[in-house]
Amino acid sequence: MSAFNVVFVRDLRVAFRRWSELGYPLIFFIIVATMFPLALSPTTSQLREVGTGVLWVAAFLSSLLAVDGLFRSDADDGSLEQLLLSPVPMTLTVLAKLAAHALVTLLPLVVLVPVTALSYNMPLSALPTLALALLLAAPTLSVLVGVGAALTLSLRRGGSIVGLLVLPLTGPLLIFGTRATDLGLNGESTAAPLLLLAALAVLAVSLGPLAIAAAVKVGLE
Amino acid sequence: MKLPRWFHLLGSPPHVYRLAERLSPWLGGLGCALLAVGTVWGLGIAPTDYQQGESYRIIYIHPQTAYVGMMAYVVMAVAAAVGYVWRVKLAHAAAVSAAPIGAWFTFCALCTGALWGRPTWGTYWQWGDPRIMFEALLLFLFLGYLALRGAFDDRDKADRVTAILAVVGVVNIPIIHYSVEWWNSLHQTSTILREGGPAMTTDMLIPFLIMVAGFTLTFYWLLLRRLQAEILEREGSARWIRELVAEGAR
Repeated sequence: MSAFNVVFVRDLRVAFRRWSELGYPLIFFIIVATMFPLALSPTTSQLREVGTGVLWVAAFLSSLLAVDGLFRSDADDGSLEQLLLSPVPMTLTVLAKLAAHALVTLLPLVVLVPVTALSYNMPLSALPTLALALLLAAPTLSVLVGVGAALTLSLRRGGSIVGLLVLPLTGPLLIFGTRATDLGLNGESTAAPLLLLAALAVLAVSLGPLAIAAAVKVGLE
Repeated sequence: MKLPRWFHLLGSPPHVYRLAERLSPWLGGLGCALLAVGTVWGLGIAPTDYQQGESYRIIYIHPQTAYVGMMAYVVMAVAAAVGYVWRVKLAHAAAVSAAPIGAWFTFCALCTGALWGRPTWGTYWQWGDPRIMFEALLLFLFLGYLALRGAFDDRDKADRVTAILAVVGVVNIPIIHYSVEWWNSLHQTSTILREGGPAMTTDMLIPFLIMVAGFTLTFYWLLLRRLQAEILEREGSARWIRELVAEGAR
């Protein structure tokens, strides 16, 4: 089995053994999505108008909650250092860890967000676009969260600062993601924003692991 | 390839400190003089705009602050990358020095833009405007950099971790720029850098360019002064500094 697969499968196994931790960000997302209708007036037409933005922002925020699962626990028990010492390039290890992390934290959101969108009175026909946009945004988001996790690895309390580092960088994702969702809502062509999301994903996945691996190396010293 | 001696000397703190000491009066003096001339010329002498009236005169302050803010980020990222790759401590010191200046100028760009927006657009803050959003995100990037820096106790580690953040940020800046640009536009399109030459008349353009030069020189002056302070803080107990202090006391 290649090194990528070993790390990938191991991370998945570790994640599922602590499956309750996987649930927190999802519950957080549902709570935030519930808070907004409480804060706004409960008329359905207004909800649909703000729904796209609310759901995307809530999804980004909840993905930040899962940041500690990426490197922190492995750094604490020393297994990350062992991975660093192995002859496998750190970029590849990082890529495998990101993939596993995205699969367990972001993929559930890809399912959960469209379901919540239904409660925001979005038509069923707009949901495939929403899910597709989320799916295309997930790799970039995962890389950005990975950058935040790696940069704050050696800080005792990195959690509060990660949002400050990561959220400004999610601006383009938010723009193209919500644009795709809105165009889908109105039944217009969504190709442009979706392709841009895909382009960002390619860029993030090819360059991101380099930066993350470098930051992990510095963080573990 | 053999690099010239002066290039190697750029890695030496005492040399750079003294170089900054010698360059500072020139940069500062010339920068402030240009700012004074440009301000009087731009605010007093340049003709009134036939469309925007007097409020167009923000063009002598606002674009320059925005430009210096972006330049500061690039200077910071390049310095940080040099520091990371070749482990030059002085380059890290330069990156750290550039960050607060850049944050401040970006903040000033947002403030002056808001002041201009009130008479022209009828509102201080327009969430729909791409450049406001870009400047705001740029400010957040600076603040994130400074916050991350402040979170570390170990300076060496802080240098290298924040260097990675600066490089990640500078790769993202064009992406953020174009994404907000396509998002929505209410803002003025670019006046100076556009096809077919500047849309300003020459008597408006000259004070504009004087202000650009003045702001640029002032930025580098501030950068050198901060760099000197940073060097003193990092090398506090070095012998050349004690000698320098003794010299000054005499």
